[in-house]
Amino acid sequence: MPEYKTVFGSLTNYEKGGVEIINDQAQNYVFSNFFEVASHSKPWEKVAVAKNMEYVIEAIRADGVSPWRIASHDEFALVMDGSVTIDLLDPDSVTVGSDTTGSIAVNGEPSGTKMGQIVAGRGHMALLPANRCYRMSAATASVVLLQTIVGPDTVQRWAEICQTH
Amino acid sequence: MTTSQEKQLMGTEPNDHGYRSYSLGEFTFTRDEHFAHIEWPTGRHVMAVEPFLKALMRDIAWNFFYGTVNFDSVIGTVNHYGDVDLFAGRFNEDYRRAEIDHLENFPHDEIKATFEAMLGDWVNASFDPFAAPQETGSAYGDKDGDNVAAVTRTRVTATRMVGLPEDEPLRSDESGFPVNRMFADVDQSEPEVTFEAGYEKEVSAFSLFKYLSRSDVTWNPSVVTVCKDSLYCPTTEEFILPIIHGNDRVEWFIQLSDEIIWEVADRETGRPRANVVMKAGDCAAMPADIRHQGYSPKRSMLLVWENNSAALPQMIARGETPNVPVVF
Repeated sequence: MPEYKTVFGSLTNYEKGGVEIINDQAQNYVFSNFFEVASHSKPWEKVAVAKNMEYVIEAIRADGVSPWRIASHDEFALVMDGSVTIDLLDPDSVTVGSDTTGSIAVNGEPSGTKMGQIVAGRGHMALLPANRCYRMSAATASVVLLQTIVGPDTVQRWAEICQTH
Repeated sequence: MTTSQEKQLMGTEPNDHGYRSYSLGEFTFTRDEHFAHIEWPTGRHVMAVEPFLKALMRDIAWNFFYGTVNFDSVIGTVNHYGDVDLFAGRFNEDYRRAEIDHLENFPHDEIKATFEAMLGDWVNASFDPFAAPQETGSAYGDKDGDNVAAVTRTRVTATRMVGLPEDEPLRSDESGFPVNRMFADVDQSEPEVTFEAGYEKEVSAFSLFKYLSRSDVTWNPSVVTVCKDSLYCPTTEEFILPIIHGNDRVEWFIQLSDEIIWEVADRETGRPRANVVMKAGDCAAMPADIRHQGYSPKRSMLLVWENNSAALPQMIARGETPNVPVVF
């Protein structure tokens, strides 16, 4: 009986597939690789790798300590490489409008009640609850996929990250 | 007294192989040891019964899914979200040219009930239509019991995130979900979660990879996280997607592990348009005007990402939805 090896990628070791065109345009498939995207990103840059109307999946290079952020809706962080610590805070005064989409950065250190902490490794999914502040940190470069909505800090550079021919 | 619909759901008396036949409008469905036979006023079609039952299983479990579920190049359904088309040759340009294609529309509940009755009768005790080929018995042969538990599985649909209190549960040995043989090397550790009193419902995390490594089904996207209408529907894939999905909206695939090869063809004609090879870390959109079928050599983890907006069916009917998610 064979021993099966499950292949997960990482920032430093990934193999990319691609679109083999028969009668179409490669751009229609918006094909990218989130490890490749994160390998070229600045720390905590939120680069969209998938978009469906107003919704996005962002690839984030987690490296060092992020600013605090807050969103009016739930977001979900899936760690795809490395280890990421997430601190959660119930803010005293920081708020975000209910019609604001995506997360917004919080200036400085918000005051509030500590809610708890999550230490997530590869394959771990964390809830970032609506109207709570969160901050991520990573001792070494890691990768997070964020399920969210297009926001003011979402970076869309499709022509740079996607297969075009 | 038996109503006509009850008679329809009961099917005919069992044939020589022990199986009942069913009808929907002018379509009839019969099976023998090896094949499903579908007939309509202008034509007939035959499918090996194993792929037919695997396709039928998905169509029912996914509630006719988003858009078109092609069982093969001839037979399938189109979901109009309230009513459903059953067709033969509608998306096959040669059948249409020969004018032997046929389509009838049914109320959702009627076609679903008939399909469920047929699946329940035609699946034998040792066959599981959701399982990988080496993890189930044969679909073929004369009638030999049934497998109600397998064909009535409930699709996981979390309302916020699996593992949260009052939401869908996680998977474990104890709950009957051992690690699949092809994922024996997947790390089973959970995230470290510490929370202050009163915040236990909000400070939450789980191992998605552990959860997926314990899936007992293939090609069955299930909702694990919900961001408004954005649904993460990860699934484990092995062998061949039993249906050819014709999109009515943009759908996204994020390959979490291993590799899947997708054959992409025109939704209307079936003419090939592209092959998409996806490896771990790859992201690809499926445009809204294509059909696709996937091949996964080893059991893999795929994140299917859907937009479940209630406004979309009306927008689709009015032709207001884009075929591609971004233009660049």
